Amino acid sequence: MKFAVLVFPGSNCDKDMYNAVRDSIQQPADYIWHTATDLSAYDCILVPGGFSFGDYLRCGAIARFSPVMKALVEAVERGTYVLGVCNGFQILTEAGLLPGALLRNNTLKFRCHQTALIVENNNTPFTTAYSQNEEITIPIAHGEGNYYVDDATLEEMQANNQIIFRYKKGANPNGSTDDIAGVSNKRGNVIGMMPHPERAVHELLGSSDGRRMFYSILNTWREKHGEATVVR
Amino acid sequence: MKATVYVTIKENVLDPKGSAVQGALHSLGFDEVSKVRIGKYLELDLDTNDRAAAEIRIKEMCELLLANTVIEDYRYELA
Repeated sequence: MKFAVLVFPGSNCDKDMYNAVRDSIQQPADYIWHTATDLSAYDCILVPGGFSFGDYLRCGAIARFSPVMKALVEAVERGTYVLGVCNGFQILTEAGLLPGALLRNNTLKFRCHQTALIVENNNTPFTTAYSQNEEITIPIAHGEGNYYVDDATLEEMQANNQIIFRYKKGANPNGSTDDIAGVSNKRGNVIGMMPHPERAVHELLGSSDGRRMFYSILNTWREKHGEATVVR
Repeated sequence: MKATVYVTIKENVLDPKGSAVQGALHSLGFDEVSKVRIGKYLELDLDTNDRAAAEIRIKEMCELLLANTVIEDYRYELA
Protein backbone atom coordinates (compact mmCIF):
# COMPACT_ATOMS: atom_id res chain seq x y z
CA MET A 1 0.00 0.00 0.00
CA LYS A 2 1.37 3.39 -1.00
CA PHE A 3 0.91 6.60 0.96
CA ALA A 4 1.30 10.20 -0.18
CA VAL A 5 1.92 12.97 2.33
CA LEU A 6 1.03 16.29 0.72
CA VAL A 7 3.35 19.17 1.54
CA PHE A 8 2.20 22.78 1.21
CA PRO A 9 4.35 25.82 1.94
CA GLY A 10 3.80 26.03 5.71
CA SER A 11 2.97 22.37 6.40
CA ASN A 12 4.68 21.34 9.64
CA CYS A 13 3.18 17.97 10.56
CA ASP A 14 4.28 16.29 7.32
CA LYS A 15 7.23 14.53 8.96
CA ASP A 16 5.10 13.31 11.86
CA MET A 17 2.63 11.88 9.36
CA TYR A 18 5.39 10.25 7.30
CA ASN A 19 7.04 8.73 10.37
CA ALA A 20 3.71 7.51 11.72
CA VAL A 21 3.09 5.55 8.50
CA ARG A 22 6.60 4.09 8.45
CA ASP A 23 6.71 3.23 12.15
CA SER A 24 3.19 1.94 12.73
CA ILE A 25 2.43 -0.03 9.55
CA GLN A 26 5.80 -0.12 7.73
CA GLN A 27 4.34 1.05 4.43
CA PRO A 28 6.08 3.24 1.85
CA ALA A 29 5.24 6.93 1.86
CA ASP A 30 6.27 9.82 -0.37
CA TYR A 31 6.27 13.52 0.31
CA ILE A 32 4.32 15.22 -2.48
CA TRP A 33 4.93 18.93 -3.08
CA HIS A 34 1.78 20.98 -3.63
CA THR A 35 2.59 21.68 -7.28
CA ALA A 36 2.25 17.98 -8.23
CA THR A 37 -0.55 17.17 -10.64
CA ASP A 38 -0.81 13.37 -10.47
CA LEU A 39 -1.66 11.26 -7.42
CA SER A 40 -2.75 8.14 -9.30
CA ALA A 41 0.12 6.06 -7.85
CA TYR A 42 -1.20 6.34 -4.27
CA ASP A 43 -3.72 4.31 -2.28
CA CYS A 44 -4.03 6.77 0.59
CA ILE A 45 -3.37 10.50 0.65
CA LEU A 46 -2.55 12.22 3.92
CA VAL A 47 -3.08 15.97 4.24
CA PRO A 48 -1.01 17.05 7.23
CA GLY A 49 -1.34 19.87 9.72
CA GLY A 50 0.51 23.15 9.77
CA PHE A 51 -0.13 26.65 8.46
CA SER A 52 -0.41 26.33 4.68
CA PHE A 53 0.40 29.63 2.95
CA GLY A 54 0.62 31.21 6.40
CA ASP A 55 -3.13 30.70 6.88
CA TYR A 56 -3.49 34.18 5.34
CA LEU A 57 -7.07 35.14 4.58
CA ARG A 58 -8.42 31.95 6.27
CA CYS A 59 -6.97 28.57 7.27
CA GLY A 60 -6.67 26.43 4.15
CA ALA A 61 -8.27 29.01 1.84
CA ILE A 62 -5.22 29.46 -0.40
CA ALA A 63 -3.95 25.86 -0.23
CA ARG A 64 -7.27 24.76 -1.62
CA PHE A 65 -6.21 26.17 -5.02
CA SER A 66 -2.78 24.48 -5.20
CA PRO A 67 -2.37 22.31 -8.32
CA VAL A 68 -2.26 19.12 -6.25
CA MET A 69 -5.83 19.71 -5.10
CA LYS A 70 -7.20 18.95 -8.56
CA ALA A 71 -5.37 15.62 -8.46
CA LEU A 72 -6.72 15.08 -4.95
CA VAL A 73 -10.32 15.60 -6.11
CA GLU A 74 -9.74 13.07 -8.92
CA ALA A 75 -8.32 10.59 -6.38
CA VAL A 76 -11.35 11.08 -4.13
CA GLU A 77 -13.61 10.31 -7.10
CA ARG A 78 -11.62 7.09 -7.73
CA GLY A 79 -12.28 6.08 -4.11
CA THR A 80 -8.76 6.66 -2.77
CA TYR A 81 -8.63 7.07 1.01
CA VAL A 82 -7.89 10.63 2.14
CA LEU A 83 -7.16 11.68 5.72
CA GLY A 84 -6.83 15.36 6.61
CA VAL A 85 -5.60 16.33 10.06
CA CYS A 86 -5.80 19.83 11.57
CA ASN A 87 -4.80 22.25 8.79
CA GLY A 88 -5.40 19.30 6.44
CA PHE A 89 -8.98 19.12 7.72
CA GLN A 90 -9.36 22.87 7.18
CA ILE A 91 -8.10 22.52 3.60
CA LEU A 92 -10.55 19.67 2.88
CA THR A 93 -13.52 21.72 4.14
CA GLU A 94 -12.36 24.76 2.14
CA ALA A 95 -12.17 22.51 -0.94
CA GLY A 96 -15.74 21.35 -0.34
CA LEU A 97 -14.61 17.72 0.04
CA LEU A 98 -16.01 17.72 3.58
CA PRO A 99 -18.98 19.66 4.99
CA GLY A 100 -18.70 22.57 7.44
CA ALA A 101 -15.94 25.05 8.29
CA LEU A 102 -13.50 25.75 11.13
CA LEU A 103 -13.74 28.89 13.25
CA ARG A 104 -11.55 30.41 15.95
CA ASN A 105 -11.72 28.40 19.20
CA ASN A 106 -14.48 29.81 21.41
CA THR A 107 -11.92 29.97 24.25
CA LEU A 108 -9.75 32.25 22.04
CA LYS A 109 -6.80 30.14 23.16
CA PHE A 110 -4.47 27.97 21.14
CA ARG A 111 -5.23 24.60 22.76
CA CYS A 112 -2.43 22.04 22.85
CA HIS A 113 -3.09 18.98 25.03
CA GLN A 114 -4.44 15.43 25.07
CA THR A 115 -8.17 15.10 24.41
CA ALA A 116 -10.59 12.27 25.06
CA LEU A 117 -12.45 11.30 21.90
CA ILE A 118 -15.39 8.96 21.42
CA VAL A 119 -15.35 6.79 18.30
CA GLU A 120 -18.81 7.49 16.86
CA ASN A 121 -18.43 5.39 13.73
CA ASN A 122 -16.01 2.47 13.56
CA ASN A 123 -17.34 1.38 10.20
CA THR A 124 -15.04 3.50 8.03
CA PRO A 125 -11.73 2.59 6.34
CA PHE A 126 -10.00 4.70 9.03
CA THR A 127 -11.62 3.37 12.19
CA THR A 128 -12.25 -0.40 11.92
CA ALA A 129 -9.57 -1.16 14.53
CA TYR A 130 -11.53 0.79 17.17
CA SER A 131 -14.68 -0.34 18.97
CA GLN A 132 -17.91 1.56 18.51
CA ASN A 133 -18.22 4.24 21.26
CA GLU A 134 -14.68 3.51 22.47
CA GLU A 135 -12.94 6.35 24.32
CA ILE A 136 -9.47 7.10 22.95
CA THR A 137 -6.78 9.67 23.74
CA ILE A 138 -5.50 11.82 20.87
CA PRO A 139 -3.78 15.21 21.23
CA ILE A 140 -4.95 18.49 19.72
CA ALA A 141 -2.90 21.57 18.81
CA HIS A 142 -4.97 24.30 17.19
CA GLY A 143 -6.30 27.83 17.47
CA GLU A 144 -9.04 27.45 14.87
CA GLY A 145 -10.63 24.07 15.47
CA ASN A 146 -14.15 25.16 16.30
CA TYR A 147 -16.13 23.04 13.84
CA TYR A 148 -19.20 24.78 12.51
CA VAL A 149 -21.96 23.29 10.42
CA ASP A 150 -25.53 24.51 9.94
CA ASP A 151 -28.49 22.56 11.36
CA ALA A 152 -29.73 21.16 8.05
CA THR A 153 -26.29 19.82 7.08
CA LEU A 154 -25.77 18.42 10.58
CA GLU A 155 -29.00 16.46 10.33
CA GLU A 156 -27.97 15.09 6.96
CA MET A 157 -24.53 14.13 8.36
CA GLN A 158 -26.14 12.30 11.27
CA ALA A 159 -28.43 10.40 8.91
CA ASN A 160 -25.39 9.35 6.83
CA ASN A 161 -23.19 8.43 9.83
CA GLN A 162 -20.66 11.07 8.80
CA ILE A 163 -19.70 12.02 12.35
CA ILE A 164 -16.64 9.87 13.06
CA PHE A 165 -15.25 11.30 16.31
CA ARG A 166 -16.72 13.46 19.06
CA TYR A 167 -14.96 15.09 21.98
CA LYS A 168 -15.99 13.37 25.20
CA LYS A 169 -19.02 15.03 26.77
CA GLY A 170 -17.99 18.03 28.83
CA ALA A 171 -14.49 18.07 27.30
CA ASN A 172 -15.11 20.03 24.08
CA PRO A 173 -11.92 22.14 23.82
CA ASN A 174 -12.99 24.62 21.13
CA GLY A 175 -16.78 25.01 20.97
CA SER A 176 -17.34 22.67 18.02
CA THR A 177 -20.95 22.10 16.98
CA ASP A 178 -22.35 18.94 18.60
CA ASP A 179 -18.86 18.19 20.09
CA ILE A 180 -17.69 17.07 16.63
CA ALA A 181 -13.96 16.28 16.31
CA GLY A 182 -13.88 14.38 13.01
CA VAL A 183 -16.19 13.91 10.02
CA SER A 184 -16.31 12.01 6.73
CA ASN A 185 -17.75 12.66 3.30
CA LYS A 186 -20.92 10.83 2.25
CA ARG A 187 -19.03 8.05 0.50
CA GLY A 188 -16.80 7.51 3.55
CA ASN A 189 -13.42 7.57 1.79
CA VAL A 190 -12.45 11.06 3.02
CA ILE A 191 -12.17 12.00 6.66
CA GLY A 192 -10.97 15.12 8.41
CA MET A 193 -10.28 15.68 12.09
CA MET A 194 -8.72 18.34 14.30
CA PRO A 195 -6.94 15.94 16.73
CA HIS A 196 -3.59 14.48 15.60
CA PRO A 197 -3.53 10.64 15.42
CA GLU A 198 -0.01 10.82 13.95
CA ARG A 199 1.18 12.30 17.24
CA ALA A 200 -0.25 9.39 19.21
CA VAL A 201 1.52 6.38 17.73
CA HIS A 202 3.67 5.42 20.71
CA GLU A 203 3.29 5.36 24.50
CA LEU A 204 6.38 7.59 24.65
CA LEU A 205 4.23 10.30 23.06
CA GLY A 206 1.60 9.93 25.76
CA SER A 207 -0.75 7.67 23.82
CA SER A 208 -0.59 5.02 21.12
CA ASP A 209 -4.29 5.23 20.27
CA GLY A 210 -3.50 6.87 16.93
CA ARG A 211 -1.65 3.79 15.65
CA ARG A 212 -4.89 1.93 15.18
CA MET A 213 -6.03 4.50 12.68
CA PHE A 214 -3.12 3.55 10.44
CA TYR A 215 -3.77 -0.17 11.05
CA SER A 216 -7.40 0.38 10.09
CA ILE A 217 -6.44 2.01 6.80
CA LEU A 218 -4.01 -0.81 5.94
CA ASN A 219 -6.39 -3.59 6.98
CA THR A 220 -9.31 -2.18 5.01
CA TRP A 221 -7.10 -1.76 1.97
CA ARG A 222 -5.75 -5.30 2.32
CA GLU A 223 -9.25 -6.76 2.45
CA LYS A 224 -9.84 -5.19 -0.93
CA HIS A 225 -6.44 -5.67 -2.56
CA GLY A 226 -4.81 -8.63 -0.89
CA GLU A 227 -1.69 -8.56 1.23
CA ALA A 228 0.36 -5.38 1.07
CA THR A 229 4.11 -5.47 0.68
CA VAL A 230 6.11 -4.80 3.79
CA VAL A 231 9.01 -2.40 3.33
CA ARG A 232 12.07 -2.97 5.47
CA MET B 1 -11.17 51.13 -10.59
CA LYS B 2 -11.01 50.37 -6.90
CA ALA B 3 -12.98 47.72 -5.06
CA THR B 4 -13.37 47.45 -1.32
CA VAL B 5 -14.55 44.13 0.04
CA TYR B 6 -15.88 43.54 3.55
CA VAL B 7 -16.02 39.98 4.87
CA THR B 8 -17.86 39.34 8.14
CA ILE B 9 -18.77 36.27 10.15
CA LYS B 10 -22.46 35.43 9.65
CA GLU B 11 -24.88 36.83 12.22
CA ASN B 12 -25.87 33.41 13.58
CA VAL B 13 -22.25 32.19 13.89
CA LEU B 14 -20.24 32.88 17.05
CA ASP B 15 -17.49 35.49 16.62
CA PRO B 16 -15.06 34.82 19.50
CA LYS B 17 -12.78 37.75 18.58
CA GLY B 18 -15.71 40.15 18.57
CA SER B 19 -16.85 38.85 21.96
CA ALA B 20 -13.36 39.40 23.41
CA VAL B 21 -13.25 42.99 22.16
CA GLN B 22 -16.74 43.62 23.53
CA GLY B 23 -15.53 42.35 26.93
CA ALA B 24 -12.54 44.71 26.77
CA LEU B 25 -14.79 47.68 25.91
CA HIS B 26 -17.04 46.85 28.85
CA SER B 27 -14.09 46.68 31.22
CA LEU B 28 -13.12 50.18 30.01
CA GLY B 29 -16.57 51.45 30.90
CA PHE B 30 -18.17 51.43 27.44
CA ASP B 31 -21.18 49.52 28.72
CA GLU B 32 -23.43 50.68 25.89
CA VAL B 33 -21.71 48.28 23.46
CA SER B 34 -24.13 45.37 23.13
CA LYS B 35 -22.29 43.52 20.35
CA VAL B 36 -19.00 43.61 18.41
CA ARG B 37 -18.38 41.78 15.15
CA ILE B 38 -14.89 41.66 13.64
CA GLY B 39 -14.42 41.20 9.92
CA LYS B 40 -11.89 41.67 7.15
CA TYR B 41 -11.43 44.71 4.95
CA LEU B 42 -9.76 44.25 1.56
CA GLU B 43 -8.76 46.87 -1.01
CA LEU B 44 -8.37 45.74 -4.59
CA ASP B 45 -7.11 47.82 -7.52
CA LEU B 46 -8.69 46.61 -10.75
CA ASP B 47 -7.30 47.28 -14.22
CA THR B 48 -10.68 48.00 -15.75
CA ASN B 49 -13.19 50.81 -16.16
CA ASP B 50 -16.06 48.52 -17.02
CA ARG B 51 -18.21 48.65 -13.91
CA ALA B 52 -20.60 45.86 -14.85
CA ALA B 53 -17.76 43.49 -15.74
CA ALA B 54 -15.87 44.39 -12.55
CA GLU B 55 -18.94 43.63 -10.48
CA ILE B 56 -19.22 40.13 -11.94
CA ARG B 57 -15.52 39.47 -11.37
CA ILE B 58 -15.58 40.74 -7.78
CA LYS B 59 -18.55 38.50 -6.97
CA GLU B 60 -16.61 35.53 -8.36
CA MET B 61 -13.56 36.44 -6.27
CA CYS B 62 -15.67 36.66 -3.13
CA GLU B 63 -17.49 33.37 -3.70
CA LEU B 64 -14.33 31.49 -4.71
CA LEU B 65 -11.68 32.77 -2.33
CA LEU B 66 -12.26 35.94 -0.32
CA ALA B 67 -15.19 34.65 1.75
CA ASN B 68 -16.10 31.17 2.95
CA THR B 69 -19.84 31.35 2.48
CA VAL B 70 -20.43 28.53 4.97
CA ILE B 71 -19.52 30.91 7.80
CA GLU B 72 -19.03 34.35 6.24
CA ASP B 73 -21.01 37.07 4.48
CA TYR B 74 -19.46 39.60 2.12
CA ARG B 75 -20.29 42.93 0.55
CA TYR B 76 -18.30 45.20 -1.74
CA GLU B 77 -18.14 48.72 -3.09
CA LEU B 78 -16.75 49.88 -6.45
CA ALA B 79 -15.29 53.36 -6.92
